[in-house]
Amino acid sequence: MDEGRPIFQQIAEQLENAIIDGSLPEGTQAPSTTELAAFHRINPATAAKGVNQLVADGILHKRRGIGMFVSDGARGQLRERRRLAFAEQFVVPLVEEARKLGLDADELKNMIDKAGPEVGQVGITQEGKR
Amino acid sequence: MNALENRASGQAQEVPAAAGQAAPVQASEVGVVRGVGKRYGTFTALEDVSFAVRENVIHGLLGRNGAGKSTLMRMLAGHALPTAGSVGVFGGNPFENDAITQRICFAAETQLYPDHFRVKDVLTAARLLYPTWDQPYAEELVDLFNLPKNRQIRKLSRGMRSAVGIVTGLASRAPLTMFDEPYLGLDATSRQLFYEQMLADYIANPRTIVLSTHLIDEVSELIEHVLVIDRGRLVIDEEAELLRGRAVTVSGPAGTVDEFTSGMTRLHEERLLGQSRVTVLGDAQAPQHARALGLDVQPVSLQELVVRSTSQANPEKAGEER
Repeated sequence: MDEGRPIFQQIAEQLENAIIDGSLPEGTQAPSTTELAAFHRINPATAAKGVNQLVADGILHKRRGIGMFVSDGARGQLRERRRLAFAEQFVVPLVEEARKLGLDADELKNMIDKAGPEVGQVGITQEGKR
Repeated sequence: MNALENRASGQAQEVPAAAGQAAPVQASEVGVVRGVGKRYGTFTALEDVSFAVRENVIHGLLGRNGAGKSTLMRMLAGHALPTAGSVGVFGGNPFENDAITQRICFAAETQLYPDHFRVKDVLTAARLLYPTWDQPYAEELVDLFNLPKNRQIRKLSRGMRSAVGIVTGLASRAPLTMFDEPYLGLDATSRQLFYEQMLADYIANPRTIVLSTHLIDEVSELIEHVLVIDRGRLVIDEEAELLRGRAVTVSGPAGTVDEFTSGMTRLHEERLLGQSRVTVLGDAQAPQHARALGLDVQPVSLQELVVRSTSQANPEKAGEER
């Protein structure tokens, strides 16, 4: 766990990542708060807080007496939310640093192409197995 | 789903009120410390300390040597009386009150035992004392910590004495279990073993735990509620996760930093050549706001937060805490 950032947020993000990359598919049961607490060696109340945030967002839902399950449409909802955040989180800092270094748009594009020649197809080829 | 998630609706403990004054205890609180002070002659160990011990929560009691942590725990355990204010545990005054103290286990390396006591005698005594004692679990822990059952306590190393306290505290399953720096003399492997056992047993058997420690980085993810004592006063009483979100170190041009930090609690401050670096206790949105202003934002670990919140000067009579 990162120091200084609420652990429940990190737990929620890890579950989101597992849903986005397909390792926790829609309709399947999510780990229980006690499993999360034991695995990450964190306080169970903290794990519960992370899980409850996903319940509040509609990503997980509770089945009484059984546990938490991934909601239908959760993956699409999370991907949409991450896409909206993508520009602010990754593109803005990238452009800022490029400007600092005097890189122009073409050089930047070249670098992106070099970093991942298939970048234009990422959304198609890596769908569901990233 | 499990007792930990249901604890908010937990029932009030019913223990007959003891003689003497006791602070009233709320439903989800097992202990209340109200306006407590403790003086030894002219030395003030604690002054006007008030907080609640919450049911089925792991509390971290943090602070420097001599800050008053052990004194506070001894009062909660019914081993000492305050010179001002009141302490209530399970609805009554714990001082020499058997009905209450059999539900409290206070594990400290400084615990005194009769000279001839062997490790197994301590376990036998604990079994008789605590109605909730789990003998098979105690045996398991004795093996895990490699404790020699037939050796006399006074012949044990400091680490082994700490391990005896750990075994007693965990196996007591006492509704209020307190560990006073339970790691003294233990190596990193044994400390890790303690943290793992405490968490696993807490998950299986939720109860109220108070843990005093200096090794904050080692326990920061296990603690749900943070209490920081500085020179006899309570300076932080807050949920660990809220603290983690609130405390940040921001740096940048002094003017912008000043503007951002105005009205916040400043814990630490450094300046050089028009640049300023300030550690503040803000609100949950503080990191975002600071970034929006172009300031560099660094997270603050619980350990750093406690260091910044407690006085840097040597406490009066450091090391007096026993």
